Amino acid sequence: MFARGLKRKCSEEEAPADPLQRQSLLDMSLVKLQLCHMLAEPNLCRSVLIANTVRQIQEEMTQDGSWCLPGPQTAGRLPRDRLVSTEILCRSARAGPPQAPDPADLASALQAVPAIQVPGAVPAGPWGRAGPGESRGGFPRSLDQVFETLESHSPGAVEELFSDVDGPYYDLDAVLTGMVGGAKSGPEGLETFASAAARPPGTGCKADLGELDHVVEILVET
Amino acid sequence: MNYPDEITYGNKADIISTVEFNHTGELLATGDKGGRVVIFQREQESKNQVHRRGEYNVYSTFQSHEPEFDYLKSLEIEEKINKIRWLPQQNAAYFLLSTNDKTVKLWKVSERDKRPEGYNLKDEEGRLRDPATITTLRVPVLRPMDLMVEATPRRVFANAHTYHINSISVNSDYETYMSADDLRINLWNFEITNQSFNIVDIKPANMEELTEVITAAEFHPHHCNTFVYSSSKGTIRLCDMRAPALCDRHTKFFEEPEDPSNRSFFSEIISSISDVKFSHSGRYIMTRDYLTVKVWDLNMENRPIETYQVHDYLRSKLCSLYENDCIFDKFECVWNGSDSVIMTGSYNNFFRMFDRNTKRDVTLEASRENSKPRAILKPRKVCVGGKRRKDEISVDSLDFSKKILHTAWHPSENIIAVAATNNLYIFQDKVN
Repeated sequence: MFARGLKRKCSEEEAPADPLQRQSLLDMSLVKLQLCHMLAEPNLCRSVLIANTVRQIQEEMTQDGSWCLPGPQTAGRLPRDRLVSTEILCRSARAGPPQAPDPADLASALQAVPAIQVPGAVPAGPWGRAGPGESRGGFPRSLDQVFETLESHSPGAVEELFSDVDGPYYDLDAVLTGMVGGAKSGPEGLETFASAAARPPGTGCKADLGELDHVVEILVET
Repeated sequence: MNYPDEITYGNKADIISTVEFNHTGELLATGDKGGRVVIFQREQESKNQVHRRGEYNVYSTFQSHEPEFDYLKSLEIEEKINKIRWLPQQNAAYFLLSTNDKTVKLWKVSERDKRPEGYNLKDEEGRLRDPATITTLRVPVLRPMDLMVEATPRRVFANAHTYHINSISVNSDYETYMSADDLRINLWNFEITNQSFNIVDIKPANMEELTEVITAAEFHPHHCNTFVYSSSKGTIRLCDMRAPALCDRHTKFFEEPEDPSNRSFFSEIISSISDVKFSHSGRYIMTRDYLTVKVWDLNMENRPIETYQVHDYLRSKLCSLYENDCIFDKFECVWNGSDSVIMTGSYNNFFRMFDRNTKRDVTLEASRENSKPRAILKPRKVCVGGKRRKDEISVDSLDFSKKILHTAWHPSENIIAVAATNNLYIFQDKVN
């Protein structure tokens, strides 16, 4: 995992300034949070720092206008479109010197994104239970759906999404193939990505809602 | 600073996770990932072998912690020793605290070099003799035996931490100590294992609101009511236990204002403090974050009085270091006995020393290739750009799997212990 030298996935710059790299950083962070939850017991400090980073990126993306609240009519399509937008960004980044993706495509892809918290509201964070009024079963279903849509892409797409990352991320593929589709999504958005725990690979196809609840309980620590 | 002279090293099956000299420097304890503690003892100087002064040899080895399984959470509890702290010596035995993520243990390490002999209650095979055949009273006599060092657990302080213990610190009253996890700090009395006082609790009522954790904590070396704790947001709080029982309200709050020109998505992560140490004098605290070591005056809360760059050439690599998780590495830092030099580790088995008076610094390497007994360590240099000179190493060639997280400095002499993964290096000053 810790190879000699440094991988050049990110640019040499200290901070990914442009939206493509920012998105890439966001995706990387979310993957890290998922892996956190797969380990024996998540390192709380690391999880907090990554979650804060995710929040920071989200806030900046909101301010930029590259992340906006969806209307109710797009609720059903949200996760798929969000993933599609990520895939487009990653692909176009790798297509060579950055030819700007067709602005119309990008704009429409970026428009249909899941809701995030308005800055100032209490962010759910990775330990969030589902918000008040939502059933606890809400977010595992979303996560299932998210993973299902990832899975339903062509294998190439998924590979591309994760192709440059290091060893541990390949474990995530094993997890993803173990998940099965769920029902409709909720409007929870990005927090559900971070908040639901990924299951260890090889533990069966159907995501057991009860088991996920149990894992979430561990993380939240009543 | 004279260059180190003599080194000894030992091979450990496991990665060393903590290193600590005792208060006299006679003993050096290491803890490892396998839950073992190895104690080294300094050889007495002998008149015959003046040049062999002060080698450290293995004195005692014992298994401090075993892996456990938390059935309630279905999670394994690692046996890795996070910290060792010595108690000041009060009799012939040595006492130390060792902790893993959940349980603190007090160990007594004592020598036995005599054994009682001459019992007449048993025969040569050890069978009890018929009391009717015993006609004389014989008092056993202590006879010399080969030195045996035994470690016995005297106290086990368990079930007080929901989160992972990152620090333990012995109070200057020698009656109490504290243990800190990510969200809470508990105060213990050495004699009482079934209860502790919770003195800091930063767990929010709603865990969704959690944005900051405790990263390290330490008692003031002289004032038994004062302690500090550091956070993942780069802040230090000084607390006085004479104030209300729960020290959530700090007495002092140390934070450096952020430099807006350096702001990035990684600013918070690299500001997270991985270690905090009081100076021996008690007047200063030193903190280590990802790229720097800072010295703070207790009387000035708004900024540190000194900042030292450990490996600033990594600043342009933060994204990659985030990707490979190195950005979360927790480096420790130490003071020398007179508080004039500070030391901390880096990557590629490099470690750095900063002289606070002369403002000079040096980079040294702990590696077997470069260190033969009595060899003088050569200063190393990292080339940050442009033409690389012969002995320099370029940033992109650094080995990030070779990290020096744990170091220790003898309390009064220029002897340092450096843990490089599973090797321990001990360097001493050159004898003039």
